[in-house]
Amino acid sequence: MSELYRRYGKLLTLIMILLTAFWLLALVIIPNIVLFEFSFESYLPVDQLGGPLDVYSLKNYETFIYSPIHIRIFFQTIIYSSLVTLLCLCMSYPVAFYLAKVIRIENAPTIFLLLLIPLWVSEILRSFAWFIILSFQGPLNALLLGIGIIGKPIRWISGFNGVIIGLIYSYILFMLFPVYNAISSLDSNQIEASEDLGAPLWRTHWRVVIPHAKPGIASGCVMVFMLCAGSVIVPSTLAAPNSRWFTEIIQQWMFEGLDWNVGSAYAFLLLVLCILFVSIVMRVLNVRLVDIAK
Amino acid sequence: MTSKAFGAFLIRAYIVIFLAFMLLPLVIMGGAAFNDTKFPSIYPWMGLTDRWFVDLWTDERMWGSARNTILVGLAVVAISVPIGTAAAILINSVQARTRSFLYGFMVAPILTPGAVIGISTLLFWNQFNVPAGLHLSILGQVSFIAAYVMLLVLARLQSFDFGLEEAAMDLGASHAQVMRRILIPHLYPAIGAGALIAFFQSAENFNVTLFTRGNSDTLTVYVGSKIRSGITPTINALALILILFTIVAAFAYEIKRRREQIRQQALDAAATKE
Repeated sequence: MSELYRRYGKLLTLIMILLTAFWLLALVIIPNIVLFEFSFESYLPVDQLGGPLDVYSLKNYETFIYSPIHIRIFFQTIIYSSLVTLLCLCMSYPVAFYLAKVIRIENAPTIFLLLLIPLWVSEILRSFAWFIILSFQGPLNALLLGIGIIGKPIRWISGFNGVIIGLIYSYILFMLFPVYNAISSLDSNQIEASEDLGAPLWRTHWRVVIPHAKPGIASGCVMVFMLCAGSVIVPSTLAAPNSRWFTEIIQQWMFEGLDWNVGSAYAFLLLVLCILFVSIVMRVLNVRLVDIAK
Repeated sequence: MTSKAFGAFLIRAYIVIFLAFMLLPLVIMGGAAFNDTKFPSIYPWMGLTDRWFVDLWTDERMWGSARNTILVGLAVVAISVPIGTAAAILINSVQARTRSFLYGFMVAPILTPGAVIGISTLLFWNQFNVPAGLHLSILGQVSFIAAYVMLLVLARLQSFDFGLEEAAMDLGASHAQVMRRILIPHLYPAIGAGALIAFFQSAENFNVTLFTRGNSDTLTVYVGSKIRSGITPTINALALILILFTIVAAFAYEIKRRREQIRQQALDAAATKE
């Protein structure tokens, strides 16, 4: 800190501290404290604020605990988000390895450019694209019928199928890029040494490449899980009527029920879920936060 | 065919399928913009039309939300770039313990779901009787986008030679000159990339905006409400325009990056000659 002061002087140091403080306090920390506090208060008409009913209670969380439907949706969100995270990892690992270690250097930028395009297209358009493809009379059914693989059209958007496909498509690149970054920092000689010593392909990956890629895998898993569990647009576009997502319940409280207190309790549960997931991943893969967020 | 060659063939085939999986949906969505059907699809093909583009062009609400998207994006860039840069410089010069403590708070917003950021921003400003609106969307977006800028600038700072600042000070430069002439120019590439990412992150943001926007629209919210209320291929027309815009931006960025690379290589070559 004194180093900063010596180099940039009183005024500039003060400005930098104020900017950072504004960000961390007014935009990050205190809003979350307010969210936490709100989740323990009751929804009251204005004239009863400060009255005898204006006390902290667990009422909003009890709403959740006594609602089997909400609990089921909460756990379905966790299970399907974890499933999507796992699928993203399995699907993107070969691509990440290929781009990092196999492909010729001069071809890599072209493929990256091709992959950057879907990354920069907004999430809502990406799930809309799958809404078209998967619709009952859409191109996928037409294609499969045309080839003769299926005899009659399949209802793709049923249960969580549509949501899973949409989530994978929307977030797989958040897995691919960190894993790619981690693998490309591995010295290729180590892979060759492992092969020369007679390790079969799977063991080279299991014992050499994957341990090295752990920070990237952790980072990808955390990002994908958080984006899935917190996704609003994919479930609302691609879910069947009977398959609902936890964020939709939060939306219901905020916009339809207009009970911001219960809404904030539910939002806080979602936040706790994500924090738990981050700590579990950090524990299991034995990495630090600095390795995850790069 | 040996098993190794077969393996190489398999992985190549997989890469091609993966690229098709990533890109074909966008092609199908774009293609449906030209199909003359009420419900957007490329099958069955009912003939080429430009009516969806005309419909889009005459949609007042679309223009309003497009303007809002750009304004919000520019505001987010204007706020998050100085904050992210200042935070990176600050965190780079504090001791290890404070550093990891601050770092945790700074990257936390990236790992927080957008809905939570949106709701907490809404509630916080509600305490000061600030109503919902795009100004809150801007603040909510800044809270996590500033973290991206911070990470980019922090990475760039690792290659900065602080001896240059010492030299400048020894030669009598003022504090402001050290900052403006020595440090900031070194950070330009990271600041530029940060500004670009900030704008695109803001433009494609849905979750934070949804909870904080009040009654205003941005393009993503506009598309979202269209998808819910009644789909026509005008959304495809808009999607196609946005995708083309993205491709142009991505290419421009890539060309600029390659040019700089070539220039850097030329400079390095000249330096080694001397």
